[in-house]
Amino acid sequence: MDRAHQYNYRVVRQFTVMTVVWGIVGMLVGVIIAAQLAWPELNFDIPWLSYGRLRPLHTNAVIFAFGGSALFATSYYVVQRTCHARLISDGLAGFTFWGWQAIIVAAAITLPLGYTTGKEYAELEWPIDIAIAVVWIAYALVFFGTLWKRQVKHIYVANWFFGAYILTVALLHIVNSAEVPAGFLKSYPVYAGVQDAMVQWWYGHNAVGFFLTAGFLGMMYYFVPKQAGRPVYSYRLSIVHFWALIFTYMWAGPHHLHYTALPDWAQSIGMLFSLILLAPSWGGMINGIMTLSGAWHKLRTDPILKFLIVSLSFYGMSTLEGPLMSIKTVNALSHYTDWTVGHVHSGALGWVAMITIGSVYYLVPKLYGREEMRSVPAMTLHFWIMTLGIVLYITAMWIAGVMQGLMWRAVNDDGTLTYTFVESVKATYPYYVVRFSGGVLVLASMFIMAWNVWRTIAAGKPVDPAIPPVPATARIAPVSTPVAEPVGA
Amino acid sequence: MDIVYLLVPLSLVLVFAIGVVLWWAIARGQFDELDREGAAIIADAERPAGVDLGQMPRGSRR
Repeated sequence: MDRAHQYNYRVVRQFTVMTVVWGIVGMLVGVIIAAQLAWPELNFDIPWLSYGRLRPLHTNAVIFAFGGSALFATSYYVVQRTCHARLISDGLAGFTFWGWQAIIVAAAITLPLGYTTGKEYAELEWPIDIAIAVVWIAYALVFFGTLWKRQVKHIYVANWFFGAYILTVALLHIVNSAEVPAGFLKSYPVYAGVQDAMVQWWYGHNAVGFFLTAGFLGMMYYFVPKQAGRPVYSYRLSIVHFWALIFTYMWAGPHHLHYTALPDWAQSIGMLFSLILLAPSWGGMINGIMTLSGAWHKLRTDPILKFLIVSLSFYGMSTLEGPLMSIKTVNALSHYTDWTVGHVHSGALGWVAMITIGSVYYLVPKLYGREEMRSVPAMTLHFWIMTLGIVLYITAMWIAGVMQGLMWRAVNDDGTLTYTFVESVKATYPYYVVRFSGGVLVLASMFIMAWNVWRTIAAGKPVDPAIPPVPATARIAPVSTPVAEPVGA
Repeated sequence: MDIVYLLVPLSLVLVFAIGVVLWWAIARGQFDELDREGAAIIADAERPAGVDLGQMPRGSRR
């Protein structure tokens, strides 16, 4: 068959397999640094094994390697299926795969060696920053090019979310990474002081909003309805959700800088916009969960739906917790404590990882010509172990965080501090051990997934199915490669 | 806080650009038949052609 009349599943397969690989790598580093917090001897006095160098490796690996690969895979899959069009360029799509993997490897080498810009979630040095920009622009070309040559008139809502995530991340990356090279692998940001802090958190929070939220919402709006076998609860609401989210997201970032040198009015704007975000977030969460209304029984037997729906519950929880923590008086207690770490992981493990895992379990059999995963009970086991691990993790961090906040602010009658800092560290020790155990459970569950994916791939063979014809009522006049149509259509 | 002279105009340009895209989408009839569009992806059958369904794995339920 002519390749132009087939979907390009090859690049989807590549990114899907690497999602699992990088998920294990990133979470393994997470478990190592969680152990180092409880037992600092595990630094072994080796610089490149020290917490300060491994922590950015962990965050980059889980966000950009695991989450990034998942977003590439699902966006390439969804844009093709919903547009009934093959990716506009196989070569460019392949370039985004190999380019992205090369960037991840470069990060995995330079970060432990201590090369860092020191900007959170943007630690990579300038040559890698340039590579990211190049790969990302290629990604945008592939995605929007495919959208442009679509055969279906309507652009499905998931593509709006993916498109917004791709464009915004390009803008955020380019503005925040503006830096002056001072040699190979050393640079200085063009911004200084509070200006730099503001740009950094404008980037940082919008990365949460567009990379970790909008992109994964694109996943949600495709895979939840597909797996449930019914349309999204309210398609109208999904459109409102999209426009409300992107119109209001941009100014939540200053809540990362409460009680700093940032002017008060900027802090208040950050808090206000963070509170506003509760509305579209919960609209989307309810829309996703209600998609199952009338089909709740499927949750009993379908582990993929378990992952997808529980991920939405975590999305709802963390998008309530986030605005709450952005309120200045709450932030006075929570900031710089492990509560923040718990909040991030409720979003990252509960929402991002679980929606990703559900989507990967949906994708793998279809990419390899199988009816379903090798083992359904193994998926269920993965779900329960991971859920238990996440709950242990975030409850430990909630308790630790509130305790730390209260200890740090406690003062005696004479105005002196009640506790020294190290007393709060000592008090946190049991919670660090519980958090480590939660992390171990999550990591262990990922190995079950790796086995299941491997067995499914081994039992199947790669397929690149033909692009099905589009019903006449949904068609758009073709703008490029014509696709085989049934006679008389 | 000179940085606001970059970030605020950037946000305004962005909001304006988003508005233009929204206007384009409405004008092009993207949101005219929303009742139907949500169901369209469900109708897209995904079972790849030529798959041997006789090789169902053990433990499968369907």
